[in-house]
Amino acid sequence: MIPPPYEYLNPNQLSEAISLLQKHGEEAKILAGGHSLIPAMKLRFALPEYLIDISGIEGMDFLREEEGQLRIGAMSRESSLEESELISEKYPLLLDTAKMIADPQVRNMATVGGNLAHGDPANDHPAAMIALRARVVVEGPNGSREIGIDDFFTDFFTTALQNNEILTEIKIPAAPPNSGGSYQKIERKVGDYAAAAVACQLSFDAGGTIQQIGIGLTNVGPIPLRSNSAEDHLRGQIPDDSLIRESGRLAAEDCDPVDDLRGSAEYKRDLVNELTQRAIKISIERSERGS
Amino acid sequence: MSKHTVTIEINGSSITREVDSRLLLVHFLREELVMTGTHIGCDTSHCGACTVLIDGRSVKSCTLFTMQANGKSLTTIEGMETEGKLHPLQEGFHQEHGLQCGFCTPGMIMRAAELLDKNPNPTEEEIRWGISGNLCRCTGYVNIIKAVQYAAEKIQKEAT
Repeated sequence: MIPPPYEYLNPNQLSEAISLLQKHGEEAKILAGGHSLIPAMKLRFALPEYLIDISGIEGMDFLREEEGQLRIGAMSRESSLEESELISEKYPLLLDTAKMIADPQVRNMATVGGNLAHGDPANDHPAAMIALRARVVVEGPNGSREIGIDDFFTDFFTTALQNNEILTEIKIPAAPPNSGGSYQKIERKVGDYAAAAVACQLSFDAGGTIQQIGIGLTNVGPIPLRSNSAEDHLRGQIPDDSLIRESGRLAAEDCDPVDDLRGSAEYKRDLVNELTQRAIKISIERSERGS
Repeated sequence: MSKHTVTIEINGSSITREVDSRLLLVHFLREELVMTGTHIGCDTSHCGACTVLIDGRSVKSCTLFTMQANGKSLTTIEGMETEGKLHPLQEGFHQEHGLQCGFCTPGMIMRAAELLDKNPNPTEEEIRWGISGNLCRCTGYVNIIKAVQYAAEKIQKEAT
């Protein structure tokens, strides 16, 4: 399949990329790794007049912890999460998620920023970022602003990003001691979108009580979802089997799946129930309390 | 339609051409350069037959614009043999009968090349995980894994 014709632009500076976005408006799309956009262009789902390739802009591909935050440059490739010692030591939820995205070659191109900015409720990073309570940094003509992850996904394939803004960075509160996380995904085969998936991140206080908890749900609604009721049920509690079982049930109530080729809505609700319980249990095991 | 100049180092030689923005890397290789070792299987970034290395990293050339490879160093299956000597992976596929129809083989070899570069002594599980983005319609995975193991051993032996 041959993608439709378009004009290729490759700015070296972020400011130049933003000027190009201002100039071309809705006719332009940002090209990051291209692994959602190019397939969409081949199928004529996307017909941009201009592509602004931001891979040549320096300083957008980084991964570091500073001032109590994990900072991920939007152009970080999925494979760099997989290969990072910091991520495998302190952020098992992000490691789990990166490993479950597509396949190794796709992960060499696909970017963390692109996975979020595409706004696809079937993508895997959104639920993980919801569980981690991330903030998204976007840059536009009037400077940069931060958007809480809960305000970022506004509708089906729609985000809070304006036409003249570029997602530059993801900021995540640094994992406190005694924390753990997990991403549990059921896919029909390698590289498929989730039939359903659940991200969990939690931390304990010294007494073994759950202090912070985040639970994000993939591909069971028009946007990536947070299960507020499952989180509320566990926060401030010392988790046991019955609390975890009830959290699974509550998460299944919070989601809004539809019947499709990956299964019936009823099946997906059951998956969310089970995967929520698994994600919580594995997160506990991975925290110091569990080990 | 917009034309751009690209310069890509392909298997050690610098190549400069005028290309359309929309020209995919795999079409550039196969049609412009008539390097047909890189295959097109699914054309939807699932099967891995079009895998090449860009700066040592395996990517699916059906899902890359040629422009995205501008200024980079590319290795294709044609670049694996050196001075008339097969690469240990090519030898491994030969010795272990790692192919039936052979369509997936160039992609399998290019993917396995990055895998062994990063992890010279992979377990069977790591090889299976490592080639999870490559499909073999003949389902000859058992011998493909043996071929990769053969290459891993040979590369390690040559290094010592």
